[in-house]
Order: sequence, then structure tokens, then C-alpha cells
Amino acid sequence: MSTNATLYDPKNLHLPDQELLRSGHLACPGCGAALGMRLALKALGPKTIVVIPACCWAVINGPYPFHALGVPVLQVAFETAAVSAAGIRAALHMKGRDDVAVLAWAGDGGTFDIGFQSLSGAVERNEDIIYVCYDNEAYMNTGIQRSSATPFGAWTTTTPEPDTKPEPKKNIVEILAEHRIPYAATASIAFPEDFVRKLQKARSIRGAKFIHLWISCPAGHKSEERLSVKIARLAVETGVFPLYEVEHGTRYTINHEPSFLDVTHYLELQGRFRHLTPEQIEFIRQSIRWEWQRLRAKVAMGESLPEPPVPPASHPRPS
Amino acid sequence: MKKLLKGNSAVAYGVKLARAEVIAAYPITPQTSIIEDLAAFVAKGELQATFVKVESEHSALAACIGAASAGARVFTATSAQGLALMHELIHWAAGARLPIVLADVNRAMAPGWSIWTDQNDTLSQRDTGWMQLYCASSQEVVDSVVQAYKVAEKVLLPVMIVLDAFFLSHTHEVVDVPEQTLVDRFLPPLDLPLRLDVERPGAFGNLVFPDRYMEFRYKIELAHREALEVWREVDREWGELVGRSYGLLEAYRLEDAETVLLTAGTPASTGKVAVDQLRQEGIPAGLVRLRLFRPFPAAELERLLSGLRRVVVLDRNCSYGHHGIFHQEVKSALYELPERRRPQVLGVVAGLGGRDITVADLAAILRQAHRGELAAPVTWWNVLQPEEEAVALAVAK
Repeated sequence: MSTNATLYDPKNLHLPDQELLRSGHLACPGCGAALGMRLALKALGPKTIVVIPACCWAVINGPYPFHALGVPVLQVAFETAAVSAAGIRAALHMKGRDDVAVLAWAGDGGTFDIGFQSLSGAVERNEDIIYVCYDNEAYMNTGIQRSSATPFGAWTTTTPEPDTKPEPKKNIVEILAEHRIPYAATASIAFPEDFVRKLQKARSIRGAKFIHLWISCPAGHKSEERLSVKIARLAVETGVFPLYEVEHGTRYTINHEPSFLDVTHYLELQGRFRHLTPEQIEFIRQSIRWEWQRLRAKVAMGESLPEPPVPPASHPRPS
Repeated sequence: MKKLLKGNSAVAYGVKLARAEVIAAYPITPQTSIIEDLAAFVAKGELQATFVKVESEHSALAACIGAASAGARVFTATSAQGLALMHELIHWAAGARLPIVLADVNRAMAPGWSIWTDQNDTLSQRDTGWMQLYCASSQEVVDSVVQAYKVAEKVLLPVMIVLDAFFLSHTHEVVDVPEQTLVDRFLPPLDLPLRLDVERPGAFGNLVFPDRYMEFRYKIELAHREALEVWREVDREWGELVGRSYGLLEAYRLEDAETVLLTAGTPASTGKVAVDQLRQEGIPAGLVRLRLFRPFPAAELERLLSGLRRVVVLDRNCSYGHHGIFHQEVKSALYELPERRRPQVLGVVAGLGGRDITVADLAAILRQAHRGELAAPVTWWNVLQPEEEAVALAVAK
């Protein structure tokens, strides 16, 4: 990790000064979702409308009449973040306000599970929205139940010991990339400049943009509040959560080459993995290696392909 | 301009005249031709709107909620299963006080699959906070869609415009489509007082604790009460502009009437012919058509029916385990009358799943009621008893 020392020094961070997350919000101490929103609005600025379905942020923004953000917020039904954002975009377009960004900000349950249909529909139509899934890998707002974003072997209240989750995490970015949207990426709260750059890039692109943001959750991961950023960093540096972006479903770019620390450094800081056996940990180790081989193969595939054909002008893609 | 339009096309013309800015919809029989007409208007540039072609009815209403929250005039249409799928967001739209207009073509709920008309789909949405208006002709449909936007935007509640499958949705009638300039004078562009606006960054739909939730809901109730008078005003204003108005209830031959049929939708048109027939037979029959169902015009209904001998409520719907839904509503409204002025209220459930309700049916119902032969409180009309149905099935096999 020493090779990345300068990257991790907060004094070396270059981030926009503007703060649109105000004090008084209701996030738990050490909440990665609050840090994520703070960074997102630094990147996108005040000309942004935020759409929040049922998720932790439906509470974090504050009860009526309070409002923690310096931008407009529309809270919507659990499964509708993407399409609600598309509706706002349609209205803004009719009013000549294409300068305003529409940010759908949903948790993993609202993205991987219940909101998946409307998300798939919206990105298939290439709606001009930025969709960020802040992923804490379970239904944390309802008290830690498994979602399809929960990783193999993790404890949750619906995957109690010894019946911890047998399936691996759904690969949401690959699924979104296969919709051939202009931009899909992963990001981490431990790599704020990378996340901010990705949001700003997303804002500059017309069409559907998807960012999968890994966040810590002390309450749900059974981790120490002070370690939230460290755990998020270890998710990247152990290779559990690669940082990469995909353009038009084809061009893959790996944004950070991890040091591939042993995954136990990541697992041992989280109570949700405390029960794992050496065999289970070895499986996780092998899975990380295999997933990276697969990711590098995708990079090579993208490099080997010519540019995709462009539709005729009479049927322009919205991007 | 006079046009030959089916009910569904009348909806589309109404939406075009209202200059809806965002349309989001998903196909379902028998609604689909509404959105086909609208897609053609948008494609030809006759309607300046963004049409979001969503992947479900749930998403159709979600897109409308998003767009309306940003201040756009929006429209969607659906039927039966589609409306049921929207149910969560039907509540949401009213709770968010968004002036959305939705056309529902009444279709029976599955199973078994039916594409034909009955009213259980819309009446299952009774308690959501939406206004509901039941139409009986294509002319009324085009006029009502325009009126609906005006009322919705004044009281900040969504409106469901309801038309019967096929009997209205797919039946062609001559319709006077008003001039756009007239409609523009009647219905100015939407200027929603509170909306998503980066210059005034508010939050909509936040968590509300028990100390405030009930006040939001009380305001929905107050808006409904206000809406009764607003519907009257808007209908009157429309009448002055185009020469047509409908009232909240339509009364037909109530002078000296003793037995009155009360219903909603196209059976009311059929009922008028039956009433004429009975009058010729010397039976003092009359008819009331319920046009506005929510808010419920209870006071007006009491005034119309006070002192009559009996009212037969014809429901193309049923709240299983009790009565037809209009029957319950009418009965509860008339309970406010003093006993000596209170008519007997009988219920008939008929025409579910699109079964015909003919002039002969309605004449027979009125005749039986007049002679005191109609069973109280509810008669299922023209329906086989289970043992008869078993025989019919065996014969068919």
C-alpha cells in the first residue's frame, strides 16, 4: 500500500470546494452514503436535481420540514428511481432546461433488485440521466437483510449463520454495460477524485450514465465507524471491488491497478465476515483472481474491436 | 370541427387540445389506441410533447410523477391490470398533489382474462385521493379531458377520466372538436406553484412524523371538498365557451318519477331509452347518471332523489361480500335524508366482464322494481346459478 501513499493523503486531494450537503443530516456516524452524496454534489454542483427512492438517503435527507441538500430533491417509490429521473428529464427538456443534471441516487436494493426493471427500461431508452447506485451490499435501512448485491458468505439478518449467503454478488455494472449505454463505471468513496472525475465525465455525456459506488456501512458491515474509508480502500486494494469504466459497453478502462493485498485484510475488519472458514476465504481469493482475469479479458476484447457502426442521421441515438 | 371519433380518439384529441407536455404510457387493450393516436400526433409535430415509451404501467405513472413534479402537464392512459399495477403510484400521485390526468378504459380484472368492460378496475382505486369522472359519450370524453386539466391544476389533485371498454372506447360518434384557440383561452399553460427548481431547491416527499402526516392528508380531503364547486364552475365556463356542459350528475325525466335508475357510464345512455319505454307504458320512471364519482356529489344527489319512492342503482362492479360500489355510496348519501323523504335503494349487479346490458334488461329491471318484485338489497342480473352453469357447461362439452 505504500506505493499509494500520496494518493491516500487527504492534503493531496483536489476536490471542488462547494459543499451542497449541509450539516444536520441524519446519516449514522461513519456512513459512506453521506460521504458519497457530499462528493457527488461537489462534482455536479447546484444545477442538479436529485431523485431518491426508498433507501437510507430517504431518511438521511431529514424529516419534513428539513432538507439537508442545497439542491432540489424528489423522493420517489422504491422501484422507480431511474424512470422518475427520466420523467423529470422529459419535463426539463420541454422547458428548455437541458443544462440541469438529473441524478438518480439509489441503494443496492433499489437498483439490483426492486428497481431493476425500471432501471433497465430507462437505460435501454438511453434516458439522459446519471444513475448512482450507492452500494452497501444489503438492505441496511430496514435492518440488514440480504440483497442480490450481498457478497458470498456475508452474514445478514436473513442469511444468518450457518446459512450465510451462498451466491456471489450480482455484477450490476456488466449488466448495465450490456445495455450498451454510453457510460458505466465503478467508484469508491476511498477514491474521491476518481469518483468526482467520473461524475463530471458522466455529466458531459448525453444519454444514460451509471455509476456503481461502493460504500461502507458500519451498522450493517459490523465495522468500526472510524474505519469506513479504510475498508472502502481495502475493497479496492484487495481486488474485491475493481475501479473501472466502460464506454458504449465495449471500451473498458481499469482506473486503478490494485496492490492485491490478501483479502483477509478486508474481511477481518468486518463482523459480517467473522464466521468465514479458511475454505470459504480461499474460495473468495480464487474468485477475486478469476474476476480480474475476466475483467482484463474484457479490456483486451474492447481494444481488439473496431468502432461500432453509427446509425443513420434520420434515427439518431439520443447520445 | 366535426370529426367521427371513437372514445379513445376523443381522449387523444382532448390531450392534444390541452397541450400535454409529457406523455408516458404502456400498451394495454382496450386503451392502446389512445397512446397510438398520441404517438402519431407527437411524431407529426402536431403535439409538442415528449413521449416516454416506458416498460410498464408502473413506470408510466412514475415518469408522470417525475415530470409533473418538475412542472410539466402530463398524461397517461391504462386499463385493468395496468391500473392495478400502478396502484402504489396512484396513491403517490394524489399524496404528492400532482395534477396528473389519466384516462382509464374500464376493463374487467383477470382471471379469467377479459378485455371487456366493467368498473372494478377504477373503483378499486376509490380511496386513493384521485378524482374520478365517468363519461357516457365521445363528445363528453373530449370535453372532460380538457375540463379535467383545469380542475386538477386548480385544486392540485389528479383526475381519472373513465370510459367503458368498446361500448365507448371503440364506438365511433360525431364529435365537435373545439378550436385550439378556444381551449388555449380556457386552459392557460401550467404554472405549478411548487416544483423541482434548481433556483429554489426544495425537497418533496420527505419522511413525515406522526405530528404532521395527518395535516397533509386533511388537506387532500379539503381539496376534494373544494373540487366539487370547482368542477361546477369549470363545467359552467366550458359551457359558455363551447355550448356544452354536463353537470356533476345528469338527471333524465325525474319530473313525477317514482322509480329511478341510477348508474354511470354508457349504461346510462341505454337507460334513457328504457325510461322512455316505461313512460310510454305509463310507469313514472326516471334516470340519474353519476358523472363525477370523486369527490362524491352527495348533497346534489340528496336534492335530486329526495322524496322519490325508489332508486335502483345499477353497478357494473361489485365489492364482494357486500353490494355494488355505487349502490353503497348512494345508500350512504341518502341516509342523511329524513326518513319520510328517503327513497328505497335497491341494487343490481349487471354486465360484468362486458356482458351486454340491453334496453330490454334495463326496462325489465325498472318494471320489476316498480311492481316491488326486485329482490332487496341486491340482485345479480342475468346470471346463471352454479347448478345451471354446471348444466350449461355439460351441454357445451
